[in-house]
Amino acid sequence: MTTNPVETHGLGKRYGGTVAVRDLDLTVRPGEVYGFLGPNGAGKTTTLRMLLGLIRPTSGGVRLFGAPPGPGSLRHVGALVEGPAFYPYLSGRRNLAVLADHAGVPRSRAGTALARVGLTGRAGDRYSGYSLGMKQRLGLAAALLKEPRLLVLDEPTNGLDPAGMAEMRRTIRALADGGCTVLLSSHLLAEVEQICDRVGVLHGGRLVAESTVEELRTGGALRVVAGPEDRARDRVVALLGAERVRADDGGALLVDVERDQAPRVNAELVRAGVDVHELCWSEPDLERRFLELTGGDPDVA
Amino acid sequence: MWRDVRAELAKQAYRPASWLLLAIGVVLSATFAHAVPYAGYRGAASGAPGAGRGLAEMLPAQFAGNAIAGTPVFVGALALIFGVLVAGGEYGYATWKTVLVQQPSRATVYTAKLVTVAVGALLLVLALLAVSAAASAVIAALEDQPGGWPSGTAVLRGAGAGWLVTTMWGTLGVLLAVALRSVALPVGLGLVWLLAVQNLLAAIAAPLLDWVAALQKGLPGANAGSLVAALGAPTGTPGVAPLVGAGQAALVVAGYLAGFALLAGWLLRARDLD
Ligand SMILES: Nc1ncnc2c1ncn2[C@@H]1O[C@H](COP(=O)(O)OP(=O)(O)OP(=O)(O)O)[C@@H](O)[C@H]1O
Ligand SMILES: [Mg+2]
Repeated sequence: MTTNPVETHGLGKRYGGTVAVRDLDLTVRPGEVYGFLGPNGAGKTTTLRMLLGLIRPTSGGVRLFGAPPGPGSLRHVGALVEGPAFYPYLSGRRNLAVLADHAGVPRSRAGTALARVGLTGRAGDRYSGYSLGMKQRLGLAAALLKEPRLLVLDEPTNGLDPAGMAEMRRTIRALADGGCTVLLSSHLLAEVEQICDRVGVLHGGRLVAESTVEELRTGGALRVVAGPEDRARDRVVALLGAERVRADDGGALLVDVERDQAPRVNAELVRAGVDVHELCWSEPDLERRFLELTGGDPDVA
Repeated sequence: MWRDVRAELAKQAYRPASWLLLAIGVVLSATFAHAVPYAGYRGAASGAPGAGRGLAEMLPAQFAGNAIAGTPVFVGALALIFGVLVAGGEYGYATWKTVLVQQPSRATVYTAKLVTVAVGALLLVLALLAVSAAASAVIAALEDQPGGWPSGTAVLRGAGAGWLVTTMWGTLGVLLAVALRSVALPVGLGLVWLLAVQNLLAAIAAPLLDWVAALQKGLPGANAGSLVAALGAPTGTPGVAPLVGAGQAALVVAGYLAGFALLAGWLLRARDLD
C-alpha cells in the first residue's frame, strides 16, 4: 500500500475569534494534481502552512507521506507559500545556494532549478531587482531544489504575465506527469480546471465540495435557439420530459441530454416545423457553480 | 547542521550591513581608544573625552585592554544590532517559511544563527585587537617609546572576555528580534537599553539609591564593564568600572548569554511562523 502524500483529519485553526480552517479532512493521492479552490480568506494558505509545519493546528492533525510534518517528512516536499520571499541583497543563484545548504542537497541543484524556470539569464542579479514574475519563478525554483515528490504551491501563477502563467501551468503539468504529486491553491477556477485532476472547494475554512474535474465539467447542456419559442419548448418537452428542459436568460432552451442526442432533438424540431436558428453545446458554467458553492458572496469569507 | 551554519554565515557575509557594523566598530574604537587620547596628549584637543589619558595607556603593553574597552557599551551596541539582523532578517524578509520548508528544524537553524552571532562577534573582537595593536605600535614609534607587548595569555584573556561580552549582546539582539518578530523595534529598544537606560542607572540612579546600586551589580552591562575593566580596559571609558570581581562578572555575563539564548530558542519553537 502506498501512503498518501497528504492526509488531514479534522484539521482546524482558530485565531482568537476567527476560525480560519475548520474540521478539514483532506486526502491527496499519489501522483495527482489537487486544486485547492476558494475565495480570499477561505483558509487556503492557512491549511498549507499547517501542512508544512509553519503553524500549529488548533485541532486535528496532518500527515505527509504518513508522518507528521517535520524535518523528516519534508525531505521530499517542495513548497511555495503565499508569495516568494528571499534575501533581497543576494542574487537569485546565491539565494538558492543558501537554501540548498538548508535543504542538505548539493548547491549545483541551484543551476538546474534556475534553468527549469527560465531564470538562468538573470540568476546573477540581486533578488531586489527582480520583477514580480521573476520572483515567482525563483519561488518555484526553490520549491524544486529537493527534486520533490510532493509540491505544495500557493497561488503559483500570481503575478505572472499570460505567457508566464501558461508556462508555469505547463511546468506543473510536466512535473505531475513525471510522477510528482501536486497540491496547489488558486482562486482561479479556469486555472484549476486546466491543470488539476481533482478539486476541493474551500469556503469559510470548510471544504464545501470536492470532485474530479471531469465531474465538474459534466452538466453541460444543449443550447437551442428556435422559434416560435413556446412551440419549440413543447416539442422538446414532449420528446424528453419537462424536467430536462429549462430556459436561459436570453430565451434559449437549455436541454439536459447526452451529446449524441443533439441530432434527434434537431430532427424533432424540424419535423414540427420549428425554425432552428442555433444548436450548440454549452459548457457548464463553472464560474456560476463556483459562486453557488461559495455562496456567491462578493465579500471576503 | 554545519551546512546550516554555512548558509547562515553566507547570509551575513554577503550582507553589506554586517561589514558596515564591523567597520564602524573598528573606526570608533581606534578613534576613542587611540586617536583622541593621543591628540589630547599632544595638546591638540584638550577638551575631548579621554584626552587627558597618559601616554602609557596608549602603548602596546595596554593594547588588549584598549581593544575591548568599548564592548560593554558602544561595541556591544553594534554586536546587538548584528544579532538583531541575524535573527530579525528572517522576519523582515518573511524568509522563515522559505528556509523552514527546505526541511531544517527550527532548532537547527536557530543554533546555526547563534553560531553565526558568535563567529561575527569573534571577527569583531579580532579586528579590534588588530587595530588596537597597530595603533599602539604607531604611537610607540612616534613617541620613541619601547614597544613592550603584553603576554600571550593576557591577550587571549582579553580576547576571550571581549568575545564573551559581544556574543552576549549579540544574543540579546537575537532574543529581541525573535520576541518582537521584526528588525527595527528590537534595534531601537536594544539601543535604548544599552546606551540610555544603563547609563542613567549607573550615572544618576545608582549614586542616589542603594537598591539601584545593588541591582545594577546583577545587570549584564555592569558585569561586562567589570569584566573588561579587570582585563585592562581603561576605566575612563563609558560603562567600564570594576563594580564586581572578574570571576563573578564572567559568570554573570555567561549566564545572561545562556539565558537569552534559551529564552529565544523556546519562543521560536513555541510560536507560529508566518
Ligand atoms: N496570523 C493570522 N492571524 C489572524 N488571522 C489570520 C492569520 N492568518 C490568517 N488569518 C485569517 O484566517 C482566514 C484565512 O486566511 P488565509 O490566508 O488562509 O486565506 P486564503 O484562502 O489563503 O486567502 P487568499 O486567497 O486571500 O490568499 C482569514 O480570515 C484570515 O484573516
Ligand atoms: Mg492565501
